[in-house]
Amino acid sequence: MISTPVPDLAPSKKSAPTGSPARPRRSIARGARRVTPGKAVAWTVVGLLVLVSVFPFYWMVRTAFTPAAELIGDSSRLVPSNPTWINFARVLGLTSMEESVAAGGTGATLDFLRYTANTLFYAGSIAIVQTLACAMAAYSFARLRFRGNSALFGLFLSGLLIPGIFTLLPNFALIRSLGWLNTFQGLIAPAILVSPFAIFFLRQFFLSLPKEVEEAAAIDGVGVFGRFFRMTLPMSRGPVATMMLITVVGVWKEFMWPLVAANSDGTRVLTVALQRFQAQSPNTSPDWTGLMAASTVTVIPVFILLVLLGRQLVQSLNFSGGK
Amino acid sequence: MSSSATRERGESSPAEAEGEARARRPIHHREKWAALVLLVPALVGFIVFWILPSGRSIWYSLTDFDLLNEPQFIGLDNYRELLGDDVARSSLVVTIQFVVASVVLGTVLALLTAALMQRLRLKTWVRSILLLPWLVPNVAIALIWAWLLDGQLGYLNHLLHAVGLPGVSFYNASQAMPIIIAIGIWSGLGYTALLFYAGMTQVPNEMYEAGAIDGATEKRMFFQITLPLIRPVIALVVVMSAIGSFQVFDLVLIGYGGNPIPAVRTIFFYIYQQSFAFFRMGYGSAIALVLAVILGALTAIQMRAMRANRSDLS
Repeated sequence: MISTPVPDLAPSKKSAPTGSPARPRRSIARGARRVTPGKAVAWTVVGLLVLVSVFPFYWMVRTAFTPAAELIGDSSRLVPSNPTWINFARVLGLTSMEESVAAGGTGATLDFLRYTANTLFYAGSIAIVQTLACAMAAYSFARLRFRGNSALFGLFLSGLLIPGIFTLLPNFALIRSLGWLNTFQGLIAPAILVSPFAIFFLRQFFLSLPKEVEEAAAIDGVGVFGRFFRMTLPMSRGPVATMMLITVVGVWKEFMWPLVAANSDGTRVLTVALQRFQAQSPNTSPDWTGLMAASTVTVIPVFILLVLLGRQLVQSLNFSGGK
Repeated sequence: MSSSATRERGESSPAEAEGEARARRPIHHREKWAALVLLVPALVGFIVFWILPSGRSIWYSLTDFDLLNEPQFIGLDNYRELLGDDVARSSLVVTIQFVVASVVLGTVLALLTAALMQRLRLKTWVRSILLLPWLVPNVAIALIWAWLLDGQLGYLNHLLHAVGLPGVSFYNASQAMPIIIAIGIWSGLGYTALLFYAGMTQVPNEMYEAGAIDGATEKRMFFQITLPLIRPVIALVVVMSAIGSFQVFDLVLIGYGGNPIPAVRTIFFYIYQQSFAFFRMGYGSAIALVLAVILGALTAIQMRAMRANRSDLS
């Protein structure tokens, strides 16, 4: 939960078993090997949960590999009878318009390769810069003495009370008046410098670090920046990386801001491109194979993230509480 | 300067004391400037994109503003219009229905899932599979389900027909809302369950051991041990999901395009429509302000729940 980020990261006071230190945690798995009817039901439910979580994505991939012409014939087959890459080729903009139309497309330009690159830039730049800027601010709040420290921190915290929709309209008007609509600077500007949650999260962690090392360094004449960039930041790699990961996931899912602020070919991100693709596809017979190929392109990076960093992601939820 | 330091620390030599004073004083002095430098980026971002827009949003809500012309002050007219706006009222009702149903059902299902994770000691990789739907953007989620539920070719409808049940449709007025609710719950289940699971891992295992020795069933232990002990976590997560559910938008926009049937027209969608389809930014801001007050109140409750969380089980 948000309130207890520290124990999970720093050596925890709680985790030290006070009662019977000799007993390993595992011993508590009472009768884990014995199969009771209750257990069988429970495991069946788990199996169903996994199936329900994964099957829709399997179906998405299956459809993406199905030729448009066989969509009807294959509609209840678990594996396409003639798998094809053509749907991916056309949503990635690798085919000519004639080829796209022949493969079931509308002929509208689709360039999901570019939208993927846009999204990577959008999510990556915000995750890196925002986390760094917030770490700097968080460090000031956690360690430095200046007048108004806690009042200013409280002000940032109040940002958690402001829902996105409230600032979205005026930010849109601002970006528009700057002439930044449909530009990357306009897309990233509102989020690139600050997230109250990140400041809160990182400050909690910095507060948990031992002060003594830094104090010793300060007496040896190491300045504030040296202490932050060369000592505290390297010591906080774990939580900083976690914060970046949470931010990447959040920005990847972002839809409304990029929809209103950056809906042009050069800056369009995957979520907006998907929505646009769907809106342009005829209502009566949607281009399902293309739409599912495009959805697959959107999901693949998330899937890679889950495979590579699933453990960190799952464990980070123990203390982030999301947002 | 050095004389006072010498007086305080009687024995130390003047040179030593002087060196210490030099090392200390400037640090405090420098800290103030360093703090300012470190704070500048976040502060600029916060002032420009959070504080000032909040003020402008309140101002817009008192104006007639179409983006092209300067905002015209019209007093409380937007709010007066909002009071008599049946569409706004119905979208708020629809949204609250969505929030209540998704939060209640979602919480119950997530608690059961979390209990399974905890009692069966599910491996991290199994838990991360359950997280997959939450990681995927809602736009893709909505598209996938629209396809699974397609009237003619949807696989889920095929399965329903195969077992002799009638198919379901996004466009059936009485089914639309339950479908959106179900999809929302599906996509958030793993995430919410993991949050509950995190709370459950804090419950000392000795309690379950003691319960087992006393012959308590799993069901009894769930109700008598797990639930009471993670109550603060439940409070927090409920408020968090409620805030998230209030902002439901992508599912509706994708499921129904630009013109959703009234049964699923949520307040977020209505704000979007007023502001960006009808270019009534002033009116949109007024609705957004009302929503912000509701969400702000919920967040305040959330923060209180967080504080409550700290006192329990520690």
